[in-house]
Amino acid sequence: MNIIKTLAVAAGLATALTSVAIAQDSLNGLVVGFSQIGSESGWRAAETSVTKQQAEERGIDLKFADAQQKQENQIKAIRGFIAQGVDAILVAPVVATGWEDVLTEAKEAEIPVILLDRGVDAPEDLYLTSVASDQVKEGRVAGEWLVAEVGDADCKIVELQGTVGSTPAINRKQGFEEAIAGHANLVIARSQTGDFTRAKGKEVMEGFIKAENGGADICAVYAHNDDMAVGAIQAIKDAGLKPGTDIKVVSIDAVPDIFAAMVAGEANATVELTPNMAGPAFDALAAYLKDGTAPEKFIITESKLYTPADNPQGEYDTRKGLGY
Amino acid sequence: MKRLHLERLANPQLLALAGVLLINWLLFPNFFRITWQDGRLFGSLIDVLNRGAPVAILAIGMTGVIATKGVDLSVGAIMAVCGAVAATMVVAGYPTPVAVIAALAVGIACGLWNGFLVAILDIQPIVATLVLMVAGRGIAQLITEGSIVTFNDPALIFIGTGSFLGFPMAAVIALALLILVTLLVRKTAIGLFIQAIGVNRAAASLAGIRSRMLLVLVYALSGFCAAIAGIVVAADIRGADANNSGLWLELDAILAVVIGGTSLLGGRFSVPMAVVGAIIIQAMNTGILMSGFPPEFNLIVKAGMIILILLIQSPFATRLFVRQRLVPAKAGPK
Amino acid sequence: MQDSDYVLEARGVTKIFGNHTALDAIDFGLRPGEVHALLGENGAGKSTLIKVLTGAYQPDAGGVFVDGALVTLDNPLHAQTHGIGTVYQEVNLLPNRSVAENLYLGHQPTRFGLVDHRKMEKAAKTLLERYGLAIDPSSDLGSHSVAVQQIVAIARAVELSGKVLILDEPTASLDRNEVERLFEVIADLKKSGLAIIFITHFLDQVFAISDRVTVLRNGRLVDTRQLDSVSRTDVVRLMLGKDIAFSGATDLEPERPTTDVLLDFKSYGRKRSVHPFDLTIHKGEVIGVAGLLGSGRTEMARLMFGADPADQGTITVAGKPTAIRNTTDAISRGFGFCPEDRKAEGIFGDLSVRENIIIALQGKLGWFRALNRDEQLEIAGKFGEAMDIRAASLDMPVKLLSGGNQQKVILSRWLATDPAFLILDEPTRGIDVGAHAEIVRTINRLRDDGMAMVVISSELDEVVAYSSRIVVMRDREMVAELRGKNINPGVIVQAIANSADEAQP
Repeated sequence: MNIIKTLAVAAGLATALTSVAIAQDSLNGLVVGFSQIGSESGWRAAETSVTKQQAEERGIDLKFADAQQKQENQIKAIRGFIAQGVDAILVAPVVATGWEDVLTEAKEAEIPVILLDRGVDAPEDLYLTSVASDQVKEGRVAGEWLVAEVGDADCKIVELQGTVGSTPAINRKQGFEEAIAGHANLVIARSQTGDFTRAKGKEVMEGFIKAENGGADICAVYAHNDDMAVGAIQAIKDAGLKPGTDIKVVSIDAVPDIFAAMVAGEANATVELTPNMAGPAFDALAAYLKDGTAPEKFIITESKLYTPADNPQGEYDTRKGLGY
Repeated sequence: MKRLHLERLANPQLLALAGVLLINWLLFPNFFRITWQDGRLFGSLIDVLNRGAPVAILAIGMTGVIATKGVDLSVGAIMAVCGAVAATMVVAGYPTPVAVIAALAVGIACGLWNGFLVAILDIQPIVATLVLMVAGRGIAQLITEGSIVTFNDPALIFIGTGSFLGFPMAAVIALALLILVTLLVRKTAIGLFIQAIGVNRAAASLAGIRSRMLLVLVYALSGFCAAIAGIVVAADIRGADANNSGLWLELDAILAVVIGGTSLLGGRFSVPMAVVGAIIIQAMNTGILMSGFPPEFNLIVKAGMIILILLIQSPFATRLFVRQRLVPAKAGPK
Repeated sequence: MQDSDYVLEARGVTKIFGNHTALDAIDFGLRPGEVHALLGENGAGKSTLIKVLTGAYQPDAGGVFVDGALVTLDNPLHAQTHGIGTVYQEVNLLPNRSVAENLYLGHQPTRFGLVDHRKMEKAAKTLLERYGLAIDPSSDLGSHSVAVQQIVAIARAVELSGKVLILDEPTASLDRNEVERLFEVIADLKKSGLAIIFITHFLDQVFAISDRVTVLRNGRLVDTRQLDSVSRTDVVRLMLGKDIAFSGATDLEPERPTTDVLLDFKSYGRKRSVHPFDLTIHKGEVIGVAGLLGSGRTEMARLMFGADPADQGTITVAGKPTAIRNTTDAISRGFGFCPEDRKAEGIFGDLSVRENIIIALQGKLGWFRALNRDEQLEIAGKFGEAMDIRAASLDMPVKLLSGGNQQKVILSRWLATDPAFLILDEPTRGIDVGAHAEIVRTINRLRDDGMAMVVISSELDEVVAYSSRIVVMRDREMVAELRGKNINPGVIVQAIANSADEAQP
């Protein structure tokens, strides 16, 4: 029943998500293969459904292949696309290395390849472009929001990091630190990993609250993703404090549940990691096919900030249907 | 009688727990402070009980499995499946009791499947349970369609975040389960039979113990415990997270059982000590959180502590420790 | 006798563990070219003495002399350089390596720094031929019988040491033919001047190949005797310090046809395991089962007990036709079974003596009618006492007991279930003389109390002594049933031999 609901909502809201729709006609009737990593997270599921929508809107016949987290499946899928003679290939690569051979095969078959949301270690001429977010920027946007929010007041921040050593955790930490650098009133008092999960986010936040005078000393929590923020919000409530008021909550990703929290006044800001990587990709493809315009090698998606002022209920409804 | 009492006090698990709590206290002087807030107890020690509960619940089931010389790698995945079942059912509008019972039934069914593979088809436990460990998470993802199924059902949420007499519900559930299972293995002959199977399954069969039936039961219990843990964890975060719920917790549960003094080679076991083992692990986790060390050190600190605890329990240390007490002890059947 | 005659000698060797004196001023001398049996009940100090002689233990007083010179043996490897080699009951070689590799492990012939396999296998072949083994040296050791492995182990030990060979219970897991084979090897080695210490529980074997015997008891030296000047009874008396009834009876126990038939097996069998057989067992009757290892004796026992269910024939228990599909069925009909392989199928090593005794009774009672600790202690204590189990405590792990006491524990386990029918598979194998006598006494007592029993044993004297009838197994088939008077081991051997058409290899 969930699937039907998903489809209905997705179809209804398709237009809302199409930020740009130039050169639609030029892609009409094309066949594009899409090798997706899998569906390991809500965001990934949303990316898949948005990509399908984007293709449908442009009249593209999208061949979808789920690699279930295996590079060999992706390579197999890409070879299949080449054999079918598709007009272009989208790949969300599961790992960075080992792509040279298959990308060369695609190049020889003159099929443009566009990378989505992750890069690869391969010569740049083997793919048309790579569409991804800038994780450092995401952290920076979150940090800048907090700097503006607290003004000159002292603010003790606790940080919920992503999985130790993972690229998004490193980059989002770096961006946030860059933003608050030079503002001596903002201090990261504690920083621990919440493994990007809701449960760990809650557990770690509980510990922070105990360690910081029952939470009274904490001014804000910065979580590297919304799931951990949702867990932290519950921990703050359990400690008898008001999330969003007593402790400000800022995080990254913009998944539906954080908008639900904003509606309840429990979250203050989130930075969007857009699931719409396909839109810019198709635009670049259209321009390229039309007159051979080579797109930028690295297309960076927008890192949009959302606050309770941005109609969180509407955002929640929009996103809920995308499979988050 | 007196001797027994002394031995209990001096057992290595409780010493290790005391040691870890002491270190936590040194790192964080307010560690033992417990206050009453909003009708419940509030403090780091309570957090340890609350957060340790899922692994403790898993360890209760895992102890029986390990005592039969088996292992159940699938409990983490079963947690994810059962959490997903409970969450999607309440979201779909089923009454909470129905959703909970269905989730428990799914957990038992998963356990029966493991038991069938191990006891009837004679597949090695590590391989047999690997099947569900891998497949289970996929099933959970199918149920949740890859997303976190968030719910607002107050009764279900109460299981994860409510309190009973001021204690967190998760810890109360773990304690109730501990008492129930301890009574089951101590007051019936099941405990003895489990040990007998673990020590020597061939001899157990020749002594007339229905080892197949008992093995199936033991794995079913483990699945049941995993279902409870899955419901508790989902209820705690008000959402079923198929990707992360119970991830790697099977390893924590096995570790808890081993810290609790049950050998992976089967035989003698103690359910209460396995629960103590789970609390030790959680006390370490909480200590690391409170310490303010950079998270890069988490795993190293944890590994170091575990090595230390296992060393304390090693036969070598036990010999040093128990030496004087055993020498004069002279018992015999007259 | 001059000291200088001894190739290996212990003088006044004392070894103390804690406050327990394991060896008390032992003098022991070994001459070249003799087989010297070392006897004693379990715990008499045999293995401690061996460990001192091979350098595994250092004596607390006294010393070890090789060729008359005092030596300090740091470890068994060091003892090897003094010419002393040891072969243990459980062959500790590598079953998944070749025979040749096992023979030469650690000192392989090399060529250009690499192991020269051809040279090694050729040497191995020559060496093994001397031991009468015509096997392929490149085959895996594990693919051969225990007897062959045992001989390989001996060949290796002799190659490495060459002066003294210590054989620690080498025959415990061998059958009669294999033992004879081994004895031939020993006799050859003796002829070549090797001094051999032979440890065993089997008196027959002592008399068969030994020249002298040294008896230890409770860590003390009792005596060293020339074997041609003593009788079996003398030796047993030396070991036990008392007379025991080691019966040489030649008549079977009188049959008791007047008593009720308890069991009636008709065409009872299992494909590829035991040919269908007919057997009627009365109350108060002991059926002895004789036959070579592998003759189907154990298979018949497992079949009767339901451990391997029958797929043909019928069984009647006390006049009622019944079906025994598994051990639980058998136990509920009052059956009990002491398996041959005590360690693998009998005892629960880590469980206590108490738990080991009550477990079958508890199994019979089921999951929910649990015996509490006091009841367990009472039952275990009662049967422990009746069987004279020597344990420091009923709560100690059973694995710490001697083999004989473990066997008594298993017997007690079944007696606690109040059985009507007991199956004993090699109940006296590999246990000390005291426990042996106790178990034989128990069999007699139970028979007189009216219990029906099937006893499988390789000790034919013993079988003759307590059996009412003897059935002979060969090639998984029951080939003879002996009854009446004038039955002695010779007759049984005859029966086995007569029925054996092909000669045993």
